[in-house]
Amino acid sequence: MSTKGKVTGIVSNLVTVAVDGPVAENELCYISVGSEKLLAEVIKIAGDKASVQVFESTRGLKNGNDVEFLGKMLEVTLGPGLLSGIYDGLQNNLRTMAGVFLKRGEYTDPLDREARWAFTPLAQPGDRVVAADWLGEVKEGWLPHKIMVPFSFRGEYTVKSVVPEGEYTVDQTVAVLTDADGEDVPVTMTQRWPVKVAVKAYKEKPRPAKIMETGVRCIDTFNPIAEGGTGFIPGPFGCGKTVLQHAIAKQGDADVIVMAACGERANEVVEIFTEFPELVDPHTGRKLMERTTIICNTSNMPVAAREASVYTAMTICEYYRSMGLKCLLLADSTSRWAQALREMSNRMEELPGQDAFPVDLSAIISSFYARAGMVVLNNGQTGAVTFIGTVSPAGGNLKEPVTESTKKAARCFYALEQNRADQKRYPAVNPIDSYSKYLEYPEICEYLDSTIQPGWTDKVLRAKNYVRRGREMADQINILGDDGVPMSYHEAFWKSELIDFAFLQQDAFDAVDALCPLERQKFMLDLILELCDRPFEFENFDECRVFFKDLINTLRQMNYTRFQSPEFNEYEQQLRKHLA
Amino acid sequence: MATKAFQRTYTQLQAVTKATVTLNARGVSNDELATVDGKLAQVVKTKGDNVTLQVFSGTEGVPTNAEVSFLGAPPTLRVGDQLAGRFFNAYGRPIDGGPEIEGEEREVGGPSVNPYKRRQPSELIPTGIAGIDLNNTLVSGQKIPFFADPDQPYNQVMADVALRADVDKIILGGMGLSNDDYLFFRHEFEAAGALGKIVSFVNTTEEPPVERLLIPDMALCAAEYFAVDKNEKVLVLLTDMTLYADALSIVSNRMDQIPSKDSMPGSLYSDLAKIYEKAVQLPDGGSITIIAVTTLNDGDITHAIPDNTGYITEGQLFLRADPDTGKVIVDPFRSLSRLKQLVQGKKTREDHSQIMNAGVRLYADAQNAKTKLENGFDLSDYDLRCLDYAKEYATRLLSIDVNITVEQMLDTAWEIFGKYFSPAETGIKQALVDKYWKK
Repeated sequence: MSTKGKVTGIVSNLVTVAVDGPVAENELCYISVGSEKLLAEVIKIAGDKASVQVFESTRGLKNGNDVEFLGKMLEVTLGPGLLSGIYDGLQNNLRTMAGVFLKRGEYTDPLDREARWAFTPLAQPGDRVVAADWLGEVKEGWLPHKIMVPFSFRGEYTVKSVVPEGEYTVDQTVAVLTDADGEDVPVTMTQRWPVKVAVKAYKEKPRPAKIMETGVRCIDTFNPIAEGGTGFIPGPFGCGKTVLQHAIAKQGDADVIVMAACGERANEVVEIFTEFPELVDPHTGRKLMERTTIICNTSNMPVAAREASVYTAMTICEYYRSMGLKCLLLADSTSRWAQALREMSNRMEELPGQDAFPVDLSAIISSFYARAGMVVLNNGQTGAVTFIGTVSPAGGNLKEPVTESTKKAARCFYALEQNRADQKRYPAVNPIDSYSKYLEYPEICEYLDSTIQPGWTDKVLRAKNYVRRGREMADQINILGDDGVPMSYHEAFWKSELIDFAFLQQDAFDAVDALCPLERQKFMLDLILELCDRPFEFENFDECRVFFKDLINTLRQMNYTRFQSPEFNEYEQQLRKHLA
Repeated sequence: MATKAFQRTYTQLQAVTKATVTLNARGVSNDELATVDGKLAQVVKTKGDNVTLQVFSGTEGVPTNAEVSFLGAPPTLRVGDQLAGRFFNAYGRPIDGGPEIEGEEREVGGPSVNPYKRRQPSELIPTGIAGIDLNNTLVSGQKIPFFADPDQPYNQVMADVALRADVDKIILGGMGLSNDDYLFFRHEFEAAGALGKIVSFVNTTEEPPVERLLIPDMALCAAEYFAVDKNEKVLVLLTDMTLYADALSIVSNRMDQIPSKDSMPGSLYSDLAKIYEKAVQLPDGGSITIIAVTTLNDGDITHAIPDNTGYITEGQLFLRADPDTGKVIVDPFRSLSRLKQLVQGKKTREDHSQIMNAGVRLYADAQNAKTKLENGFDLSDYDLRCLDYAKEYATRLLSIDVNITVEQMLDTAWEIFGKYFSPAETGIKQALVDKYWKK
């Protein structure tokens, strides 16, 4: 018999329940309010009192209301049909909800139970299998979606039978496995998995050795992110966090993209599901929506479900990773999730850590980032989850707990800068402060040398150095004045401006400039470095300024035209003539 | 609030603070309203039989034997077409001497719109002010605050914007409005002959601060009635949200909650988001657009209130006095409309976004030149041209007293660019230069 309880106290969405039996940390329960049942999660237990956070509004809840415990943690349903889905943080399908307004206590099925999927078996009777081994395959859009031995299965099983090729619904048995004790276990196309537990059904997790192309120059060239890597984008509001994340979502070289809109604006989610069905994935030519799943818990939706939303998103990524696919998880913004933790900690009257955040914030963040990564599956194939989170530091000050904790956990740091945003230098990623630890990985450098060109990493470092030198010179010029410094200072300053304007800045709203493939990035960086490496002789700083402004203008026009089109080549000729 | 038959009454308070009272009561539901000594209050916490009530008008003079009656329901507003043209207090009761509204009684602070049922905002809201229309275009369904120091004319600008905007209803939510400002709005709306499409919920500085907490919910409940039930375009004005947040901190303080940054409650972000996210473009044509005011302390946007607001709203409009021209301008650097690209070049001319970027970039160059000048350095010819440009740009485009069409704004910008710069210096796409450059 399941444990039952009665409500004894309410502060906003923190409810205390007197229970009549055993309860577990993170166990789910339903609280009855009239005919509605509200889902809640246990977050603290003291004696026979359990504190639960309710995933819905607690308006109208009374002391004495009945509570029923479910004996399980928050789980997601995994199976074909997740792609192009739009879910809330608890994986309710927002598409199939009835009204214009979200109705409290309305829970919808994440999967279409009626749809039939064309199944092809991959395993044979007699095969020895373990959790996450592939039993069969269905086509989900254009992606091969593997039907796997459920992650929750422990030990080795023998395949007793697999259904023949044909169309099945997700609930039909597609295979029967025999466990070590000789018990037969049926397997369908769906399985459930608790979101807060990392899926570990793979052979090993090696260091990432490839980069994930995003088409954004200041990322791919200057601070590339690895496939299976982690990165984060902190920045004050209005610096273009969301625009940058959307650009990565549109252009990122991944098979599956999961976007977790965690406590952010609803209109940003609307933008995704309005535009993505129209936009074309540059890598496959298919519609972007086909490879995208949206987990949407916007800022006005219940706070407790915010925390759940990032875990739900991560679990879906891990599921697709087990199929040997490249997944990209974008979470906007992890600060909102941290704030949700703070609100609960506050209501439970826990002793606060820095800025009133819970003291274990840093541990929670790093164990979440650790779930990303490239893995080698049991069958030797590889899959990856790349994770990029945004952070919204209070007051734009990076010395706050969420940014500091994330900095310890993530390998790439893309610092958005107010000053650059004010000058409309977008993307406002600071070229000096930002870093990618992956540029220090020998295997990544080798990969770049062999796929882009030999000596690529050195070129990148050289370009960075030009930018750094230019910044220093700019400071000197500001202190000493235009006339107070030697000509070489002006030249160094303008070379850094050249790299900034013609390479680092990129127009995310221009049809051509928005997406810059690696090949084009290589061409432009080579051209720009060729210009920077030249010695120049200027009579005065005005001449220097005019000369470089012209160069910048031509290079920008090149960025706006199609790569190696006649106009593009003409601009290049013009540039070379100008230099001759 | 009418007296109901099943009302439960208590007369023994356990504790009284400036904003809350605590008593023993049973069968109380969360968020339910009550009266304490005749004053309206709301349940904010229950612990066993211990119930804490937030008393909206303050607890001055509330004795420990005060009569407490529970009303069994959260705050409500009677909605109907008669709302138009009327003035109400924080409880939704008329303050203009007119009759009570007869209509459906609705809970305020209701659920949020399913994000999947929203539509992408796509209609331009022209204001005639170039600092807004040209650089920070407003779109229906957007939420955007003015960030302004208390000495700036934000209420006037907001009234101008509201009256020029092409909307069906304007809903004013005034929180801590000075009586003078309340009368100003009333006069402006009457003078414009627009009273018939305006509904006002007003809490003035003469009234208790905690009452303000009801104003946004009341205003947005009325807005949802017109936008959802009547498919109308509704513009909601909320002024001043800083005073609203201050009231939140008073209540959380009285409830012994641990404050986070700037002694604001830890839930400030969610509390503000619940209000601002009511802005929506609905599938059937109705929309709610929110323009708010967040007053700043000496321009400090890192304070918790403007900071959290900035993360929620779709941009912000920054007013500042420009010493070079003596005008109040919409600051082009710190202002931002996040939805502008949904209409720029789509509902306006193709050159809009390039003009905007070039204009601001050159204005930034002028600021650098100014810094050089202040530091006593010689200015180059380009610097001097930038400075002249900045003056004309600020006067003819950024100033809040401008009232022209978007087309005129673009033409003005091309004209000013042509006067001071070469096409290459503006960095505008060649195709647009060929078409629009004033020779």
